[in-house]
Amino acid sequence: MPEPLLDVRDLRVSFRTRQGSVTAVDGLSFSVAPGEILGVVGESGSGKSVSMLAVLRLLTNPNVTVSGEVRFQGRDLLALPDKEMRAVRGREIAMVFQDPMTALTPVYTVGWQIAEQIRAHDRVSRREARARAVRLLSDVGIPDAASRVNAYPHEFSGGMRQRAVIAMALSCDPALLIADEPTTALDVTVQAQILDLMRELNGRGSAVVLITHDMGVISQIADRVLVMYGGRAAEEGPRRAVFHGPRHPYTWGLLDSVPRVGGARLRRLPTIAGVPVSPGALPPGCAFAPRCRLRHDRCAELPALAAGNGDAGHRDACWLPPDDRGSLRLTARAAATEGPGTGPDMEKEATA
Amino acid sequence: MLQFALKRFGSALLVMFAISVLVFLIFFATPGVDPAARIAGRNADPATLAQVRHSFGLDRPMPVRYLLMMRHLLVDRDLESFVNRGSKVIPQILQATPVTLSLVIGAALIWMTAGIIMGTAAAALRGKAADPLIMLVGVVGVSLPAYWLGEVVNLITQKQLHDSVFSWVPPPGYVGLSQDAGQWALHMLFPWLTLALLYAGIYARLLRGEVVTALGEDYTRTARAKGLSERRILVRHALRCSLIPIVSLFGLDFGALVGGAALLTEVVFGLPGIGKLTFDALQNLDLPVIMGTVLYAAFFVVLANALVDILYARLDPRARHA
Amino acid sequence: MSRTLPAPSTEARRSPGPWRTAAADLVRNRSALAAAVVLLIVVVAVLCAPLYAGHIAHTDPFQSHVSGTTVVDGRTVPVLTPSSTGLGLGVTPIGPTWDPAHYFLGADNQGRDVMARLLHGGRTSLFIGFTAALLTCVLGTAVGVVAGYAGGVVDAVISRILDVIWAFPVYLLAICLSVVLLTNGLRLGPLTVDAGSLWLPVTIIAAIYVPYIARPLRGQVLVLRNKEYIHAAVGSGAPTLRILRREVLPNVLPTAIVFVPLMTALAMLTESALSFLSVGVQPPDASWGTIIEDGLGLLYTRPAVTIAPGLLIALTTAALNVLGDGVRDALDPGARLRGGV
Repeated sequence: MPEPLLDVRDLRVSFRTRQGSVTAVDGLSFSVAPGEILGVVGESGSGKSVSMLAVLRLLTNPNVTVSGEVRFQGRDLLALPDKEMRAVRGREIAMVFQDPMTALTPVYTVGWQIAEQIRAHDRVSRREARARAVRLLSDVGIPDAASRVNAYPHEFSGGMRQRAVIAMALSCDPALLIADEPTTALDVTVQAQILDLMRELNGRGSAVVLITHDMGVISQIADRVLVMYGGRAAEEGPRRAVFHGPRHPYTWGLLDSVPRVGGARLRRLPTIAGVPVSPGALPPGCAFAPRCRLRHDRCAELPALAAGNGDAGHRDACWLPPDDRGSLRLTARAAATEGPGTGPDMEKEATA
Repeated sequence: MLQFALKRFGSALLVMFAISVLVFLIFFATPGVDPAARIAGRNADPATLAQVRHSFGLDRPMPVRYLLMMRHLLVDRDLESFVNRGSKVIPQILQATPVTLSLVIGAALIWMTAGIIMGTAAAALRGKAADPLIMLVGVVGVSLPAYWLGEVVNLITQKQLHDSVFSWVPPPGYVGLSQDAGQWALHMLFPWLTLALLYAGIYARLLRGEVVTALGEDYTRTARAKGLSERRILVRHALRCSLIPIVSLFGLDFGALVGGAALLTEVVFGLPGIGKLTFDALQNLDLPVIMGTVLYAAFFVVLANALVDILYARLDPRARHA
Repeated sequence: MSRTLPAPSTEARRSPGPWRTAAADLVRNRSALAAAVVLLIVVVAVLCAPLYAGHIAHTDPFQSHVSGTTVVDGRTVPVLTPSSTGLGLGVTPIGPTWDPAHYFLGADNQGRDVMARLLHGGRTSLFIGFTAALLTCVLGTAVGVVAGYAGGVVDAVISRILDVIWAFPVYLLAICLSVVLLTNGLRLGPLTVDAGSLWLPVTIIAAIYVPYIARPLRGQVLVLRNKEYIHAAVGSGAPTLRILRREVLPNVLPTAIVFVPLMTALAMLTESALSFLSVGVQPPDASWGTIIEDGLGLLYTRPAVTIAPGLLIALTTAALNVLGDGVRDALDPGARLRGGV
């Protein structure tokens, strides 16, 4: 296995609030290999955005505490002096945010803002930085880049702005790009273009962490998948393995709630019962247990991320017997689509 | 562009007209107010009153009076004071203008510099001890009565410490800039500081709020993710965007001050500016002078607003196409 | 969902409601609390003014004591001493004795006890500041809500008028009105305010600051007007007054309340400035502004007469501003009052 580009170990993020300490990320570990696309998926509040912001140390609120280890190319980012951290941001690791409408400073031209990033990291002249900005804009598919470089953000459409933000992120050829729901705020047709763009830049050698709540997006683009729930990793593995043999009941719920064009028409789209766990009320055991149809006594204990049978790269955090997941999933799905009434049997079945 | 300029000009004229009518109505149409009685003095007999009314044209219908006054003021430019007959209004205003401009421009430079530094520093240091300390200075500045502060400054510089620290402070008054630039600055120094303290407090508090908001915006996070230094994020991004609302308020305040709102500072420091002129005219109910100064004030208010519109468009690209 | 499952672990916490939350925020804000304590002390002190004058200082703060005497350090001294310098025309009143029983802060040039006048003047200043602020906020809210909700011609006319007053130097307008109204008082339909009445400065100050409240509130109502729930209320045929009362007013009320303490500070400063220029509170009433004016001639000999009321104004308005900031942070962090904040 190659040396990972980014290796996060036991990351914890907690917020101090009036109601006491709230844990948003609870002992998260994952890694990203050079050139790979990692899809991070989970509901809102699952800690996926917060953990990535913590990796880049962008959680500046004094009420936030971050602990753990974030190894990037051998250095622990969490221990780096501010100045060296600034040299990593934008140059080695770039980040693209969800809402392109507000991500750019409204009073400067798009070109100026791209050139600003280039000049923050490379000793180049204004003219050279500008020329690079034009090339980048044209690379991300903005027509007539030479004149659009002088446009202000409000003169761009949402999709164009996201392209501009991506162009900015690419300006220093980062080894890793973290994209936080880059397509959520965009039209469906534009979404596909932006995903193409991501794939293209991955082709140039950058590793990508793509945060999304959309399993469809993950299935199109990711090499590996990390499923998060309640600030912890629920399942992690290669895309094919996770999509074809999902192991965690939460992943089953996510996959089953995606409508399918080809499949049988369902009376009702299955949903995951209950509401997402709130970071303030994380149970001591499995975070998903309160919503899980296959919950049993063991779930009061915190499950560790472990490989099931066979594939060492495909791990999950669940107490269910590893060999029997396929048939368990079918019973769970039947319960979800048929509605109430089958619950008690299921519980028996699971504990058996 | 031409259409926009014409529209802007038209609305400016309208504001000036409205203000002059408003003030005219306050003095001529308020029930129970009789300018003639003021001019003739207390206990004047009806014959004198009638004569005063006639000789000042106060027996004409109101619109005629308004138009006559405006004609004398703007067309013939020979409007005379009611109180000191023979003294013309326009030269008085022209004489007072440089005093007020000296006071307000100097003070504005000081308060904008101090306000921007204080507000930005407080926002950057929020959560630390310096922030509430700076804001305390801001609150004090906002809470001090300007005229009282002027009196206390006079007391300290002219009496208490005049023999030691402040022996170089000249007595209150005004020296023209063209006469002696050094003396001019020396005479204006404490008036500047007094006026500036109040506004520096207001602007520092306002700017702190704006910068704190800007630092929580998405674009600040983007700037940070770009690897920019904290100072650059603060100054080039957060402060730059926060200046936009500040500028429009500055235009209003600056226009109002040049238009006479600085009168308390002028009265306390014995500066014969527009505010002082207006105040003296008000005390004597000297209507022609009041109308003159009020129109002058309206002119500056309108001018300042127009300048702000231009500056606003320079600062905020989103406003350019609106 | 499955009936057998227990209730979701994240049971919805009972929300305490916006007003309760705001009150809790305010109580937790230490500087706002300190400001409230300062204000309380000032209010109690000025309410005790007659007690102090009658039972401690034994003096009538509105009666001149030109030939009075008092005992300091066992010696009887005159309250007013003829000036020894210059032409000998003026008088020098007695300075501070720092003895609460008599002339604690000295006398003014009519021999009146400054401390007793200060407490009485404080009642006037606080009364004018608070009533004017309340009146402005009520009027401003009404004007802003009507303009914002009615829209069209009504809004255009009101907005233009507000713009003109907003742009004009507010002190000049106040002085214009005061000068005119001080001679004969105000008679406007059923409303009559006597020239010497304290209600005259209250009315004038309340009137000139209406745009300060009306303009921001109009903006808020304009935004509200396009909210779905207002459309829904209109669509369901609810009468306009009911929509204003049930949907619009509760939404703009926090902002209006935020403006009350800030506006009180602004009104107090304006009152004192008008009184200082002798177009505000008229004798025999006293306010902190008139006392500063009284002390003007004595500035270099008896500075306490000027300094003490100024410090009290500064203390009170600072406390009001800090308290106002606290109320704003708790209720409506975006609210901005021109000139006050």
